[in-house]
Amino acid sequence: MKEIDRFHAAVNDSRATALNIHRAGRKTIGYLCSYAPEEIIHAAGFHPMRLFSSKHEIILAENHLQSYCCSLVRGILEDSLAGRLDFLDGTVFPHTCDSMQRLSDIWRMNGKYRFFVDLVLPAKLNTKSAAIYMEKVLARFKEDLEAASGKKITDTDLSDAIVLCNRIRKHLFFVYEWNFRHPGVIRGADLYALVKGAMIMDKKEAADLLAGVVSSLEQSAPPAGKAKRLILSGSVCDTPDIFDAVEKAGGAIVGDDLCTGRRWFDGLVAEDAPPLSGIAQRYGNRMTCPAKHAGLTARADTLVSLVREHKADGVAFLLLKFCDPHAFDYPYLKQALDKQGIKSMAFEMDDQQSSHGQFSTRMETFIHML
Amino acid sequence: MSEKPVDKTKIRSAKKMRDLMTTYYLDALSAQQNNKQVAWITSGGPVEPLVAMDIIPVYPENHGAMIGSAKMGEDLCGKAEDMGYSSDLCSYARTDIACSVVKGGPIGGLPKPDMLICCNNICGTVLKWYEVQARFYNVPLFILDTPVCHTGYSPEIAEYVRTQVDEYIVFLENMTKRKLDHDKMTQVGKLSFEAQHLWQKVLNTTAHKPSPMSAFDAFFFLALIVTLRGTRTVVDFYKELIAEMEQRITEGISVVPNEKYRLLWDNLPVWYQLKWLSSKFSQHNACLVADTYTSAWCGAIKYIDENNFLDSIGQAYTRIYLNIGVDQMAQEVLDMIRFYDVNGLVMHSNRSCKPYSFGQMDIMNIVRKKTGIPVLMIEADMVDPRSFSQSQVENRIDAFMEIIKQREK
Repeated sequence: MKEIDRFHAAVNDSRATALNIHRAGRKTIGYLCSYAPEEIIHAAGFHPMRLFSSKHEIILAENHLQSYCCSLVRGILEDSLAGRLDFLDGTVFPHTCDSMQRLSDIWRMNGKYRFFVDLVLPAKLNTKSAAIYMEKVLARFKEDLEAASGKKITDTDLSDAIVLCNRIRKHLFFVYEWNFRHPGVIRGADLYALVKGAMIMDKKEAADLLAGVVSSLEQSAPPAGKAKRLILSGSVCDTPDIFDAVEKAGGAIVGDDLCTGRRWFDGLVAEDAPPLSGIAQRYGNRMTCPAKHAGLTARADTLVSLVREHKADGVAFLLLKFCDPHAFDYPYLKQALDKQGIKSMAFEMDDQQSSHGQFSTRMETFIHML
Repeated sequence: MSEKPVDKTKIRSAKKMRDLMTTYYLDALSAQQNNKQVAWITSGGPVEPLVAMDIIPVYPENHGAMIGSAKMGEDLCGKAEDMGYSSDLCSYARTDIACSVVKGGPIGGLPKPDMLICCNNICGTVLKWYEVQARFYNVPLFILDTPVCHTGYSPEIAEYVRTQVDEYIVFLENMTKRKLDHDKMTQVGKLSFEAQHLWQKVLNTTAHKPSPMSAFDAFFFLALIVTLRGTRTVVDFYKELIAEMEQRITEGISVVPNEKYRLLWDNLPVWYQLKWLSSKFSQHNACLVADTYTSAWCGAIKYIDENNFLDSIGQAYTRIYLNIGVDQMAQEVLDMIRFYDVNGLVMHSNRSCKPYSFGQMDIMNIVRKKTGIPVLMIEADMVDPRSFSQSQVENRIDAFMEIIKQREK
């Protein structure tokens, strides 16, 4: 599928992608979290772009963040300080974990970009007052963007952006479902390039290209092979080699609960609701990041049903080193899987990781256990 | 004077404080026999409604500090790691989670909670930690969500937090099957307000040269404002403590016998090394006169209206030291440097506390630029001794004190 190359290209050079988008008339606002309301950013005439670490050596960020801060946070700060993100016109920091919270302060204090907003979302997603607060925070964000662009955001602007983002979600959902029915129809590395690329490239381009991917996929439906069916669970997985290693070891990824996977595109914004309410409601309904609270067993329930629905053989936890919210959830998620007789294994990851030998060996062992 | 200097420097109130804490823990441990309910609450959470409703508040974080001081942290942290919790997680959380299962620690574990109250104004870690405990004990969890005030307190935050204060009261009324007695609430609020004022006054006594007490003493006397805020006990005790400090000032008794250098401490204490650190600095005639940690329990007093307590605590609990932007934290550090007139800043880079430690390096740079005083950063952990290298820290303290001595010549 030729479309996939475009996604890989966007992933490999987000700077060039942003500059092209800029030339076409949209300035870029970067974000670091799946709770960033892309719809509002897009409706304001900006391009929302998810930031990842370029994995350069940490030099400048050493003066701001200690070594026990996760590689994602340190890596993105390094990129910013080194000028590798100078294509940005601004950034928005939705409130998630403690490390991101402090990154936002450090980012603001060492400010390099014109536009900066802390989007202090609620930590609770399951109460009425939190839902009301969420919507008000989004309304405030809309005003901030209007002030930055000098142009009013109408409900039509918002509805159009919602429809566009929903298109991306629907297409990615189809790709995931097709891949689950026909494991191996798309390589893991390609699958995650589609998701990551859609976070980086122009929204309309991503939606149109994904439509092409969907129709190409529909033409091919290989029968299920003997590969062991895996669900990935964790935070950010930004190392394509990992997916190759899973496949080499005899596994096929049939679903995930990842921040760089389904958590980002899970659920649709209701197109018939008032736009901001719809966006807020989706955050309450979609797969939950462990930095948010949606009930005491919400994440375990989701994970177990994900395994059941996708007829998975096991779960691989990809845990980013120093990521507290995920590390706190791991024992209870594992216990919930154990109770259902579902096998799992935890893999500690690091964005800066260069050798994947150990990962591959452990993955092979795990897959043989299934 | 015939008294030995070692007796003179000893703070008499310490014994009474120990007795008060023992009584408090005995009460908490026998709550069930006395038909009283126990609520576990985060150290930065609003305890006053619990006091007003006759629910015994218990603080896992205070318990963590006790575990650290008793040097039982390594064993309990290890037990949590055996349960699958990463060694990179907060050591208060790790020890508490392990203690619940193995009933270990200096008091054989905390009394079982009837409910959990989690206020995330200090970190996101408490949210995860209390979720773990709510599942373990199978008891209701109330979350008071206090959005971070990076640059200010917005009307949206004010409304959200105020609503949650009402939800909190309803939660407690449902748990106790009793209505809140508003007169009692007012009374408790006034006592809490007074206690916070008194605590600030205790801390302010160290502005005197030489200082009658040190941050190490503050770490100890802190337990009362944390655990029993809103009771008469705290108010009475701190009044006595202030009187003792004032007497020490009048008599010229200092906690460090030949105080020459004054230092400010940042972050939580290194609980298992208090004695060693205290004597290490004393050897250099240096007194840690103040810290950013213990002042957090009176730092937001400006937002409290004692006559309108429930309406004002939303803001007071949301705008505490850790729940603000790093630049505002730096400003508070600068204010303390001036107020206590210190010669240096010692920062504890605490692996267990990310929201406290990330941003420290920016604060360090601001302090250096604006005041020129030397800053030392010590790598450690508040409870887990495996992250502490005594020889390395000793070398760094010696070198740091050398710089200060040369500067102050």
